[in-house]
Amino acid sequence: MAAVEERERIGRLERPAIAGVIVREVINFSSYWRSATFSSTVEPTIYLLAFGLGFGSLVSKVYGYDYVLFVGTGTVATAVLFSSAFPAMFGTFVKYKFQRTYDAILAAPVDTEEVVTAEALWIAARAGVYGCVPLIVSMFFGLDPKPTMLLVPFIGFLCGYGWACFGIAIAGFANSIENFSYIISAVLTPLFLVAGTFFPITNLPEWMQWLAAVNPLHQCVVLVRSAAFQAYGWHDLLRVLYLIAFGLVMWRLAITAMTRKLID
Amino acid sequence: MEGELAIRLRGVVKRYGPITAVDGLDLDVPAGTCVGLLGPNGAGKSTTMRLLTAQSIADEGELEVLGYRLPGESKQARARLGVTPQLDNLDVTLTVEQNLLVFAHLYRISRNERQPAIERALRIANLTDRRDTRVDKLSGGMRRRLLIARSLVHRPQLLLLDEPTVGLDPQVRQELWALVDALRAEGTTLLMSTHYIEEAQRLAYTVLIMSHGKAVAAGAPAALVAEHAGRDAVEVYGPPARLAEVEAEAAAAGLRTRRTGTSVAVLGVDGDAPEGERRPASLEDVFVLLTGEQID
Repeated sequence: MAAVEERERIGRLERPAIAGVIVREVINFSSYWRSATFSSTVEPTIYLLAFGLGFGSLVSKVYGYDYVLFVGTGTVATAVLFSSAFPAMFGTFVKYKFQRTYDAILAAPVDTEEVVTAEALWIAARAGVYGCVPLIVSMFFGLDPKPTMLLVPFIGFLCGYGWACFGIAIAGFANSIENFSYIISAVLTPLFLVAGTFFPITNLPEWMQWLAAVNPLHQCVVLVRSAAFQAYGWHDLLRVLYLIAFGLVMWRLAITAMTRKLID
Repeated sequence: MEGELAIRLRGVVKRYGPITAVDGLDLDVPAGTCVGLLGPNGAGKSTTMRLLTAQSIADEGELEVLGYRLPGESKQARARLGVTPQLDNLDVTLTVEQNLLVFAHLYRISRNERQPAIERALRIANLTDRRDTRVDKLSGGMRRRLLIARSLVHRPQLLLLDEPTVGLDPQVRQELWALVDALRAEGTTLLMSTHYIEEAQRLAYTVLIMSHGKAVAAGAPAALVAEHAGRDAVEVYGPPARLAEVEAEAAAAGLRTRRTGTSVAVLGVDGDAPEGERRPASLEDVFVLLTGEQID
């Protein structure tokens, strides 16, 4: 058509496209924020109370911290995981299979790469906020507020972004929602337990220490404790870099998985 | 826009493993017209629609939408294109207005034009007093109208309607036809897929009959009827033996026939004809003649 003489340059990740998908998520969130907030905050708080107070009666101090505060800071990562990987897996699958949302979005000037990026950013932002809940609960058990705690939502965001992309990738590769059980049992549960949340990993067998060392959730746990207790060091920078790498790898993986699923 | 093509497909092929869903399709949709893709389920209509939004990538052939080459420039094309999907994919827990608002954002309508665009879409769909109703509280017909309104929120130059009335009861179907007819009258370019003969006949200026991924005929409905099925048809009712007799006699006279359950239709009748009910030949006759397939 002659009207189209000037071919406008269209980037791969356009801000209006990403913003549009996030707006869709935000407007939808207004209809289900209660249940999402409930499950993302109550569950880690229960872990915090059960372990903190239960084991707390047997173990008084870990690394010199009150056990309840050790667990309280650790469950920030639990909250981040529960509010990123799980909603990403189930949400993406439901939108794909049952609501056919992606057919509608991809008919608009939005590409798969932008959909994945936008949804992961939105979930990560939520995870950053929900991650602060256990920290706040811990304050009722005597955790002293520190200025470095302001970093916690950003740590939660960074870690949550990787896990959100992980969840989207799993939903992209899965053929049915039942397949998620394998991932939850074989990947998420072990990583959740071997993250240094409830017990220090230094006393574990060596192979489990290795597992913890490569576990992004463990990096999140350590970073949150560094921020909460103002005990950070140079190794924390490596952990941040590790989480960035985790996020980037999972991001590309999620895009590959969803492109395969959505574009034929 | 006159004389220009909103859609131009040449030799388009799309395979899924051993199945060739679209098999060398040529399609022209001139700007300002309404073209109907008519064919039974599985003829390749929905795949063609997916190719036009680059949700399917063609294996062979050239595709141009609004002057943009697909799939490379599909995003530019999609910005100027509206799509009403066959399957309802509204956000059901949101209100009518919220659904339109989401798409106003996805289609990048600027902040101060968003509300007027939503009001206009609500008016087109006749849903202005339902704006605050949640989608899961709407009737099937209202949901379909909202789907159409949603695809018009950014004033697209071209609208793709994929089976716009499938699964709706006759009364609601007519209501939607009125809506599509109004769009057509305004000069919106439309490409509509359907497997309802009547829908194609009423709404499309040009019909493309598809079968097994190929275009078997194209033209204005009346011209297709005149060319392939003649002016009149005679329906002969009777017991199976009588029907077989009629078929044999027609074949001997060089006339074509089609079985329609309880009757035989003798087509292309001009002068002599067997006893029966004379009726004008229809697009359905053309369709059955050309594809050998029945359609509902």
